[in-house]
Amino acid sequence: MSAVMITRKVRKWEKLPGKNTFCCDGRVMMARQKGIFYLTLFLIIGTCSLFFAFECPYLAVHLSPAIPVFAVLLFLFVMAMLLRTSFSDPGVLPRALPEEANFIEMEIEAANGNVPSGQRAPPRIRNVQINNQIVKLKYCYTCKIFRPPRASHCSICDNCVDRFDHHCPWVGNCVGKRNYRYFYLFTLTLSLLTIYIFAFNIVHVVMRSVDQGFLNTLKETPGTVLEVLVCFFTLWSMVGLTGFHTYLISLNQTTNEDIKGSWSGKNRGQNPYSHKNIIKNCCEVLCGPTYPSVLDRRGLMQEDSPAAANSEGPCSFDNPVAQTTKTTAPLIPNEHTPDDVKLSIAAEKSSGPKDDQPPAAMLPPLASPETDAETSIAKNQ
Amino acid sequence: MATEFHNLQDMQHTASLVTKVFIQRDYSEGTVCRFQTKFPAELDNRIERALLEQTVKTLNSYYVEAEKVGGQSYLEGCLACATAYIVFLCMETRYEKVLKKISGYIQEQNEKIYAPRGLLLTDPIERGMRVLEISVFEDRGSSGSSPSSSMSSCSTAR
Repeated sequence: MSAVMITRKVRKWEKLPGKNTFCCDGRVMMARQKGIFYLTLFLIIGTCSLFFAFECPYLAVHLSPAIPVFAVLLFLFVMAMLLRTSFSDPGVLPRALPEEANFIEMEIEAANGNVPSGQRAPPRIRNVQINNQIVKLKYCYTCKIFRPPRASHCSICDNCVDRFDHHCPWVGNCVGKRNYRYFYLFTLTLSLLTIYIFAFNIVHVVMRSVDQGFLNTLKETPGTVLEVLVCFFTLWSMVGLTGFHTYLISLNQTTNEDIKGSWSGKNRGQNPYSHKNIIKNCCEVLCGPTYPSVLDRRGLMQEDSPAAANSEGPCSFDNPVAQTTKTTAPLIPNEHTPDDVKLSIAAEKSSGPKDDQPPAAMLPPLASPETDAETSIAKNQ
Repeated sequence: MATEFHNLQDMQHTASLVTKVFIQRDYSEGTVCRFQTKFPAELDNRIERALLEQTVKTLNSYYVEAEKVGGQSYLEGCLACATAYIVFLCMETRYEKVLKKISGYIQEQNEKIYAPRGLLLTDPIERGMRVLEISVFEDRGSSGSSPSSSMSSCSTAR
C-alpha cells in the first residue's frame, strides 16, 4: 500500500520545455543541432594548430617571438568568446505557468467580449507606448505569454528569447540579450585572428621564398596552403558579419528587427530603444549590465508526492501553494457564464481527476476593465 | 472578509490558495524591468493601496539600480572583457548582488505585511521577470459564505 519513494534529485533543467540540450548537469545550454558548431570548432582549432606548427617556429626565430605569443592570446580569447556564446542561456523566457496563462486568457476574453461562433477571434495584440512610439506586443501561443518588446520566439529552440537577434547554427545557440556581446566579440576577434594568420602566412611565404624558393617553401610547410584557403574565405564572411553587427549596435537594433524592417523604410528614425547617439548605443549593448538567467536550470525540482501510488482524496496535501500543477487547458468561464455553472465546473474538476493529474488550481476571477492592460493604456492616453 | 494570519508558517499550514493576482510589467520606459503600480481590483479588500504601491515602487527602484548603465557597469564590463569573462566565475555581478537584496526585501515584506493579510508575494525572478505574482489565501477552517471561498474548499490547490 505505501509507495516506495525513490528520492532522486531532479534538477529543473531536466523538465524544461523547449528543444535545448543541456550538459554538465544543466550548466551548459545549447540548441539541439550541434553539427555546424563542431565544424566551427574544427576549423578554428585546426587552422590555428597548423599555424602554430608550421609558421610560428620560423617567425619566432626570424622576426619576433611576440608573434606566436600574441597569436596564442588571440586564439584563447576567440575560444573563450565562442564557448561563452554557445554554452550560455541567450535570455530564454520561461513559459507561463497555468495560473498565469489562465489569467492572461481571462484578460483577453474580457477585452474581446463575446465573439460570435464561426467568426475568428481578433489577433492577440497588446499595444504599449515606449518613448512616444506605439509598439505591438504579440501573444505567443506556445509559451502562453505576451512577448516583451524585442523578444521573439525561436522555432528551432522552441523558446521565446528576450532581445532576440538570430539563431546562429555556427555557434549552435540562439543569440539574444544575454550572449549578444560575447557573440559580437567572437566575430570581431575571429576576424582579427583570421587577418593575423593570413597576413603572417603571406609574410612567412615571402620570407622563406627569398631564401629557398617558392616551391620548396610549400613543400616544407604544406599547411600554409590549407591555412590560406580557409582564412581567405573566412575573412570575407567574418569581416562582413562584424561590420554588419557594428552597424546594428550603433543603431541599437537587432538582426530580427533589421530583417523585418521594423525601424527602416518609412519607420526610419523611430526606433524607440535607440539613444540617438552612436556612443551611447554601443555602450549600452557592449558595456551594459550582465543580465542573470531567469531559467533556474540547476535548481532542484519540488518533489511530487507519490500521487501515482495512492488514490486517496487530493485534499490531504499539505503544501497549498501550487507550484507545478499539470493541468490541461481548462474550460474558461467568461462573464456570461452563470454562477452555478462556474461552481459545477470547479466541482467537476475536483471530483474527476485522474491518478496522475492533480486537481486544477483555482481559476482567477474575471478581469475587471481596470485590470485589462489595453483599456488602461487607452485611459492613460 | 480579510482573514488573519500571524506569520508565513501559520498561513502555509492552515490556508488554502484561493487565487493568484498578477501585476504585469510596465514597458512605457522601454525594456528596463519595471512593474505597473496600478492597484489590482481583486485585492481591494485585502490590503491598503499605499502599502502595495510602496512595495512595487521599491522593487522598481531596485531594478533601476541593477540595470543602470553607468560608471560601475562600464568598469565591470571592461574588466570582465579583459579577462575573457573568466572573472565572472569568481566574482558576483552587480545585478546578482541587487537580486539578492530584492529577494531579502520580498521575504521581509511577506513576513511583515503580506502574510498577516493572507497574501504572498513571489519573487519576479521565479516567473521570468514577467509578472509579480501575489497569491491570495483563505483560511481553510473558516466557513466561507461567498461562492469564491466555497469553490476554494472544493478544488483545493496543491
